[in-house]
Amino acid sequence: MGLLPLLLRGAPKRFLRASGSYRSLYESNSRRRRHGTDAAAADQAVNSRADHRPDDQMLDFPGAKAAFTSRMEFISPNAAEAVPCFRILDDLGRALDGSDIPEVDSSLAVKMYHTMVRLQTFDSIFYEAQRQGRISFYLTNIGEEALNVASAAALTKDDVVFPQYREHGVLMWRGFTLDEFANQCFSNEAGHGKGRQMPIHYGSEKLNYFTISSPIATQLPHAVGAAYGLKMDRKNACAVTYFGDGGSSEGDFHAACNFAAVLEAPVLFVCRNNGYAISTPACEQYKGKHSIQLLAFVLTTSQYFFLFLNFDAPGDGIVVRGRGYGMTSIRVDGNDALAVFKAVSAARKLAVEQSKPVLIEAMTYRVGHHSTSDDSTKYRSGEEIAHWRSVRDPVLRFRRWLESNAWWSVEDEKELRGAARKEVISAMNQAEKKNKPPLSELFTDVYDTLPRNLLEQEATLRDTVSKNPPSLAPH
Amino acid sequence: MLPGIVRSSSRHLPCRRSLTKWMSVRNLAAASGDQMTVRDALNSAIDEEMAADPKVFVMGEEVGEYQGAYKVTKGLLQKYGPDRVLDTPITEAGFTGIGVGAAFQGLKPIVEFMTFNFAMQAIDHIINSAAKTYYMSGGQISVPIVFRGPNGAAAGVGAQHSQCFAAWYGSCPGLKVVTPYSAEDARGLLKAAIRDPDPVVFLENELLYGENFPVSSQVRDPNFTLPIGKAKVEREGTDVTITAFSKMVGFALKAADELAKDGIKAEVINLRSIRPLDRETINASVRKTYRLVAVEEGWPQHGVCAEVCASVQEESFDYLDAPIERISGADIPMPYAANLERLALPQIEDIVRAAKRACYRSK
Repeated sequence: MGLLPLLLRGAPKRFLRASGSYRSLYESNSRRRRHGTDAAAADQAVNSRADHRPDDQMLDFPGAKAAFTSRMEFISPNAAEAVPCFRILDDLGRALDGSDIPEVDSSLAVKMYHTMVRLQTFDSIFYEAQRQGRISFYLTNIGEEALNVASAAALTKDDVVFPQYREHGVLMWRGFTLDEFANQCFSNEAGHGKGRQMPIHYGSEKLNYFTISSPIATQLPHAVGAAYGLKMDRKNACAVTYFGDGGSSEGDFHAACNFAAVLEAPVLFVCRNNGYAISTPACEQYKGKHSIQLLAFVLTTSQYFFLFLNFDAPGDGIVVRGRGYGMTSIRVDGNDALAVFKAVSAARKLAVEQSKPVLIEAMTYRVGHHSTSDDSTKYRSGEEIAHWRSVRDPVLRFRRWLESNAWWSVEDEKELRGAARKEVISAMNQAEKKNKPPLSELFTDVYDTLPRNLLEQEATLRDTVSKNPPSLAPH
Repeated sequence: MLPGIVRSSSRHLPCRRSLTKWMSVRNLAAASGDQMTVRDALNSAIDEEMAADPKVFVMGEEVGEYQGAYKVTKGLLQKYGPDRVLDTPITEAGFTGIGVGAAFQGLKPIVEFMTFNFAMQAIDHIINSAAKTYYMSGGQISVPIVFRGPNGAAAGVGAQHSQCFAAWYGSCPGLKVVTPYSAEDARGLLKAAIRDPDPVVFLENELLYGENFPVSSQVRDPNFTLPIGKAKVEREGTDVTITAFSKMVGFALKAADELAKDGIKAEVINLRSIRPLDRETINASVRKTYRLVAVEEGWPQHGVCAEVCASVQEESFDYLDAPIERISGADIPMPYAANLERLALPQIEDIVRAAKRACYRSK
């Protein structure tokens, strides 16, 4: 008990006051022993505490430390202003006045741009391939190329990445080749995954990119656990995990954030708030209403008048939850490659040097459908999609900045687009021709060593195959 | 051995971690002589593995400051510090996911569930994140994790604290599932589980924690392990085979004593391992006795005994002289009232009657 008063603000004075009240408590207890009346002693104790004005007393419950107040005031569900969004380039790729451009030289910038274009090209061609029935499933990153590549560029190769599934650009930046991407999508025998997973569920131990897993947000606590491992091993590295606005609703998000803060794990939580979780818009994913936003839309863009009258504007996103967990957080324009690069670099430094988690909410827009199993025109307008695909294209925005620095030209663009297209189509055709994985890989990797029951099953299966038409299984 | 001095008042203060240095360690050497409780067997196994390998760590609710909900992790926080014995917030899904992530990264977590009933809140991480990842990643990511805790019925804890999960986890490829009975089982299997590169579900039993078992000096050796996937013939016999695991092994042995009085020599097999199941030992025994009684505490449909029956029926059909008898818990959520609970769980008399039926000595 003696320690508690020292922890309060304005320690010396309050210590005397508090111990004064405790002393009266002890005195009243001894009075009780003399007189034997519990009720009277309790009254005495309460009265002696009440001698002090309420705001002199400090909250001393184990759950929190705060001042008391005699004014009953509920905390409003929304702050007066939404958390501002950090950006460096405007929508046309021009550096804003007063912005502090991060150290991105021409070779880094051009490499980032190359990767974004290659990603965009790969996505378009493979999406079409699924439509043609050449692969069973595909999921694009369209609209989030800058977020993918710029965040990856701000990390080191020792940082371990725990993706959701819309971060192929991070893997591409790290060096996963077009052939490797294609082999996994076609689940052929050259694929890293040995044909075990659906298309786009990439993974690379070598590139520190953990295999994509379908259940939403399970990668968040995984990342915290891995970060804890990095901290125990004292590595100069952090864990980085990506998830969407929808993923933030999962229970795993809560547990991971809470744990990361409590354990002081060096992990970056990167929320790709792209406005949709399949068909669920952000305003239905989380609650809150900004009347200011609503008014602005009515005044300036009357064509949206009816749309927004029927919708609640979404609450203030994911970034505000960071404080609830005791976590440093920031909101950034996810379509601004430079802002993403700068924010992730700074967050990484904080995580690694101070062993703290950081929440980064990157605002962006999912231009493509959720996946090839979705037709998003069913829940959003074609005009909206077209607007974000063209005018708000983050790749184009970054290109404009490159051009303004004379690091890129129209000829370069033509050449890159042509080359990228050729490379992707070549990779696709090669991957399609390769054999599917052999039977010998059906039973491996269930356990560290192949158990006897699986060896028996394999023997039985081979026997069945040999006695039946060859169409059953090759080799 | 001096008794430890425990500052119980420390638990009422908000930040518990800073006070660990004030708590001295109670001497944890197992009871003298050649006996050991299951609790001490588990504790010493974890302790020795943590001492031998700095990558091994423990996490769960109440495992640290509280010394473990069932005191299995007693003294470990004092010995290894809060970096290796983590008291977690209440989120099974959360800390299981975190444990799996740590295992992905190369650490060797021992995740404790207060009971496996609560592990259902984390079962997605156990199956989808732990069991399947080595396979789905094409052999790139291994998951050397142990999930342990009490499983099955205790005494008077009702439906949500009494379910047996052996059959559910036992059906899942990618997991290993073990069910120790004695102190020797507990030590050997837990050490093997911690050293195993695959995820292991380690199903203990609350009522066995305090039971004493004889242990040899070999069992006490820090390098003592038992192979996962091998059953143990606890008692040899010639007339009927009784298979059981966990607490039911004790019941089966007592049933064997009863049967011996009537001249029936029962062979009792302690399965020890649910996945992989030691079909060889079970079938070799049935080929000797020609009769089988399979016993488990859990629910009958799709239970462990169903798999034992299927195996024997497939591999030793011609040897059977009687239909296989299955003894399992009643097909109901566990009631609380003591008399109802007793009626819902297998008793020694049930095993005796079943064995006699198999031997055509009774109806």
